[in-house]
Amino acid sequence: MATASTVIDPTPELSAFRETTRAWLLANCPAEMRLPMDSEGDVCWGGRNFKFSTPAQRQWLEVMAARGWTVPTWAPAYGGAGLSGEEAKILAQELRALHCRPALQSFGIWMLGPALLKFGSEAQKREHLPKIARGEIRWCQGYSEPNAGSDLASLATRAEDKGDHFIVNGQKIWTSYADQADWIFCLVRTDAAKKHTGISFVLFDMASPGVSTRPILLISGKSPFCETFFDNVQVDKRNLIGQQGGGWDVAKHLLAHEREMIGSIGDRAAAKPIGQQAAAALGLDAAGRLNDPLLRAQIAEFETDEAAFRLAMERAGDLGRARQGHPAMSSMLKYYGAELNKRRWELMMAIGGSDALEWDSERSHHGAAARTWLRTKANSIEGGTSEVQLNIISKRILELPGA
Amino acid sequence: MPLILTDTQAQLRDSARDFLAEQAPVSQLRQLRDTADADGFSRPLWRQFAQMGFTGVLVPEAHGGLGLGHVEAGVVMERIGHQLCASPLLASGILAATAIARAGTPAQQQRWLPSLASGQQIATLAVDETAKHRPQPHLTTATRDADGWLLNGAKTLVLDGHVADLLIVVAALPDGMPGLFVVARGETGLTPGLAVERTVMLDAHNAARLQLTGVRLAADALLGGVAAGGLALTAALDAGRAAAAAELLGLADEVFERTLLYLKDRRQFGKQIGEFQALQHRAAHLYAELEITRAAVLKAQQLLDADAAQASAAVAVAKARAGRSATLAVQEAVQMHGGMGMTDAFEIGFFMKRARVLQELWGDANFHHDMLALRQGY
Repeated sequence: MATASTVIDPTPELSAFRETTRAWLLANCPAEMRLPMDSEGDVCWGGRNFKFSTPAQRQWLEVMAARGWTVPTWAPAYGGAGLSGEEAKILAQELRALHCRPALQSFGIWMLGPALLKFGSEAQKREHLPKIARGEIRWCQGYSEPNAGSDLASLATRAEDKGDHFIVNGQKIWTSYADQADWIFCLVRTDAAKKHTGISFVLFDMASPGVSTRPILLISGKSPFCETFFDNVQVDKRNLIGQQGGGWDVAKHLLAHEREMIGSIGDRAAAKPIGQQAAAALGLDAAGRLNDPLLRAQIAEFETDEAAFRLAMERAGDLGRARQGHPAMSSMLKYYGAELNKRRWELMMAIGGSDALEWDSERSHHGAAARTWLRTKANSIEGGTSEVQLNIISKRILELPGA
Repeated sequence: MPLILTDTQAQLRDSARDFLAEQAPVSQLRQLRDTADADGFSRPLWRQFAQMGFTGVLVPEAHGGLGLGHVEAGVVMERIGHQLCASPLLASGILAATAIARAGTPAQQQRWLPSLASGQQIATLAVDETAKHRPQPHLTTATRDADGWLLNGAKTLVLDGHVADLLIVVAALPDGMPGLFVVARGETGLTPGLAVERTVMLDAHNAARLQLTGVRLAADALLGGVAAGGLALTAALDAGRAAAAAELLGLADEVFERTLLYLKDRRQFGKQIGEFQALQHRAAHLYAELEITRAAVLKAQQLLDADAAQASAAVAVAKARAGRSATLAVQEAVQMHGGMGMTDAFEIGFFMKRARVLQELWGDANFHHDMLALRQGY
């Protein structure tokens, strides 16, 4: 909406940064990378086995990584550009204004990176962060287990202490893209006698002997999630992040970033506003209003909420930079963003009508709309259900009794 | 511009909070209502508003005001929302002051703004003609009369119109475009051809209906000339909408705080009712709605200060969101307070009533959704 495009910078230095950023993006972002993404193949996840869908996709990643802009706020030693929070905000605004696709999407950037920056040793940071920044290693997240979903801390995957290494046995589930990932960051139980303080946070290569994955077919007909099995997997102790038994603190920090990622999921789509998509699909009446007045009212309410939510995310970032934020704010953003994205795709299906019902035609990009609609149903489950987020808000922000 | 208050703005909020909590508790509104006060607001409090600078918050310093912006005006309006303080600030200090400052010639500004800034005169904007908001005048017309103007028509929901010294009447000019006419009421309050009917609203705030039957005005009653009305009307309405959104947010915050206290205090089935997850989740959802609205309201205020011509979409988002969030907040407040929430003795009902009025002012959520959709091309 128009609210996002009107910009006021607090200082002349930031205005100048905006100008040079825009000029660089115009000069360096391939035209193809400024078109809306319309299939899964348009997403660049990086990794050892990643196949670029076009040369432009590879070029865009390379120039952005060389400038440190895949992870703009990280230090240059870790593959970033050392931008301030305010500069990174401007970069994100300009990327959006020019409709640039994300050069690289990765769980390494969104989740592991922030946890390593806070809890990792200098050697661990230097080993892993630059590879994340350049898209060389693709990460997956070993958190949920068959009997540890919302109650994550009841996880049972066992890591036996063998002096300089652990032997890991157990099973993870809902591991996103485990079958395509190079490494995993994983919660394991190092002490069976203690619940939260018996958990440790370790990293290991998915090519290690004893690791196997099995994709789970979802209602979307796709398999973004896997079951992941560990059978006597050897994990070197230099890949323990934080203290042994201190994994829950790392896990919570990382979860806050995961929530922000899921909360902002509708925002990264770089797609045309849905009201305009509806206008193209359904047509307008003589007064310029959508031909379907009841659907129009729902879309307008959605777009109003979407515009406000985008501002709330911006404000949460500003509060964080000013050290005025509440640590549980990410739960609010995750809750609302997930519900908002589900609303978006309910409306997209209504706009598409019978066209959106096609499952495998070329015309429908092999059921892209229908499959995405179904995929969004997980938004309010993954990364902590909406109900868990509401529990966290009740307890930590509203301080309601017994929550 | 970060979406947080600056230190100076936070100081203004704190001083407004302390001042209003002491001088204008909700009990004052109750008293004005129960005594059927002739003005419907406290004139001594209005003089204190002037001393605090509130009355001239948006008026340029050259005309005796503070020359501050919409963020600062919003900060004060939010605290007014917390206290449900009845005053002509919204009508006079925000809406009318913006209209005069935007449309008025230097001479007109010099003539009227200082008295609005000092609180000596109260002004208001008469825009609506029907029960639902519609900014363009269609019933009220202005025709040429010798070298002056003749106004005919009717207005409704004229905030504080019963006590206003200056009524800024929006009328259709001969070319159909809106003109803003200042109708000054004399010492006696009587103006030939003008009938003012006070309408006490359900929230114990006041408005008026106007009948204009051949009201004769001098040429210089038209603010800024025949082309100045359209943009000034939009600017004034946007200022009013942003301020109403701030008041809605403030009252929603207040009832939410009171509701949370009640959830921690009230016991049933041997426990605090706030222990029940059915209520916790509703409270947490409301928290999310209010935080999202807070960002939208602040953004609208910042854009009004930076570039008012570009702010209309953000203002519409803020007003729509604030209306909906506050409606949810007062409904949840009454429900969670149970029978107590339904009693007149308890203050929660005052908030529900005020929210209903503010939701309706200058476009409800549906109005703004419609406007946003048209701007987006659908």
